[in-house]
Amino acid sequence: MLGKEVSATDDFVKGLWRENPVFVQVLGMCPALAVSNTAINALTMGLATTFVLIMSGMSVSALRNFIPREARIVSYICIIASFVTAVDYVIMAISLELHRSLGAFIALIVVNCLILGRAEAFASKNTVSRATLDALGMGAGFTVALLWIGVVREILGSNSLFGIALFPDAFQTWTVMVLPSGGFFAMAMWLLLVNWLKNRQTESQAQTQELTP
Amino acid sequence: MSELKKYLEIGSSPHVTSGDSVEVIMRNVFIALLPVCIFAIYSFGAAAALVLATACVSCIATEHVLCKVTSQPSTIGDWSVAITGMLYGLTLPPDLPLWMVAVGGVFAVAVGKFLFGGLGSNAFNPALVGRAFLQAAFPQAMTHWALPLGDTRFVELPNSTLALPFAQPVYDAVTAATPLAAMKFDGIQAVNRDLLFGLTSGSAGETCAVLILVGGAYLVARNMMNWRIPISIFATVAAITWIFNLYAPGSYATPAFMLLSGGLMLGAVFMATDMVASPITNAGCWLYGFLIGSLVVVIRFWGGMPEGVMYAILLANAVSPHIDWFIRPRVFGVGGGTG
Repeated sequence: MLGKEVSATDDFVKGLWRENPVFVQVLGMCPALAVSNTAINALTMGLATTFVLIMSGMSVSALRNFIPREARIVSYICIIASFVTAVDYVIMAISLELHRSLGAFIALIVVNCLILGRAEAFASKNTVSRATLDALGMGAGFTVALLWIGVVREILGSNSLFGIALFPDAFQTWTVMVLPSGGFFAMAMWLLLVNWLKNRQTESQAQTQELTP
Repeated sequence: MSELKKYLEIGSSPHVTSGDSVEVIMRNVFIALLPVCIFAIYSFGAAAALVLATACVSCIATEHVLCKVTSQPSTIGDWSVAITGMLYGLTLPPDLPLWMVAVGGVFAVAVGKFLFGGLGSNAFNPALVGRAFLQAAFPQAMTHWALPLGDTRFVELPNSTLALPFAQPVYDAVTAATPLAAMKFDGIQAVNRDLLFGLTSGSAGETCAVLILVGGAYLVARNMMNWRIPISIFATVAAITWIFNLYAPGSYATPAFMLLSGGLMLGAVFMATDMVASPITNAGCWLYGFLIGSLVVVIRFWGGMPEGVMYAILLANAVSPHIDWFIRPRVFGVGGGTG
């Protein structure tokens, strides 16, 4: 891998699994735990964050030679905040109900460490196209992770998926999954699964490397 | 040969042991719990027996499977997980659906015990972790109580017991209120004699105060339980309640009622004294008991729920490492003293 040119697909793909923002980097925990109580909330939050990630990634990357090092964090926050404001209004225009159920967490996308982290660690050092691909991959990884958590919590906690009732009324809903603690349980379960799969992957890779000299 | 080996073999310390092993202590806890279990089955019938059996089986099976998955030798032989299962079963409403019992049992051992590193590393009492999860997940089922000493308790099961997995339990018409709920919501105080001998409704094992105290006394006599913890809890609850009862007898319960009702006896004697999750020093144990006792009174008097022993113990478990940090015995050879 060393010395090899990093491919464009790798910029995109790494956010989905190898460096997944939620399950591997464990960034952006606040929205991942707080608004993943239903699948639709999780999806909206994921898409909104993805939009902000892409736009701020592109802007930071395009402006990387103009932003002075000393004032970079302030500049990044200004850029991110303007896109978050746009997202806030868009969600309000699409569905006021959704806007209410997400509450303060839309405005709080500004302080999502994932976005600032990608701006600082990737977009400020790479070209616009690479920064866009990276943001797209990270956003997709974040959305999928939130959706996984949201699906588990909504099925168990509300007996529905995207608001559609699933099982007959006799299904016993698990109240805890709607509560904040349910976010931690669902998150922990997925982390366990992802880490287990990753460990297996590394072990099998190590074995094949031993076998092929 | 073995006699020779005893003198020739070189091993690391400790060389002198007290003879108490995990198995011996746990077997004694089992003996102490047996009367409580038998009374639970006598009072609530076949449903309580099934709840206890399911609780034990789910806890033991979880421990065994997790040991196998993580390629460790299975630790079910040391009885500790069986005790966890029994204690957990005793804290549950006797007509709880069996699938919920199993879910809580898996949670108790997997999250309450195994994730922390197994026996000796659990920060919280695993049995109460399982119960707390059920209380949060299925609040309706966890606050539904069967009448004690029902006529048909040995020949037929309540509808709810055999509810299909993931299905809502359907309850029989007859329901009861625990003494604490009756006190909190209707202002009716149960007769102390009924509370003492277990003629009230409640969790499977919490109703009969006398048998719990007998079990506790047995463990204290065998020097396998720190008596300071339950005594400290009882004293704190009695003292605080006495003051409030003196001040406004109409709105606050009597000390005797507070001590005998709900899960206080079972919690103070068998849960709070969990050797792993309680403080090490005697002074720490007094403080720990005081903390649990005052939390119980606060939750029962001013909280939204009628009962708070479970949360009081879990909160105190969380504080107990800090108690150990602040109350430390003088290190040998260091510090003042006239020696």
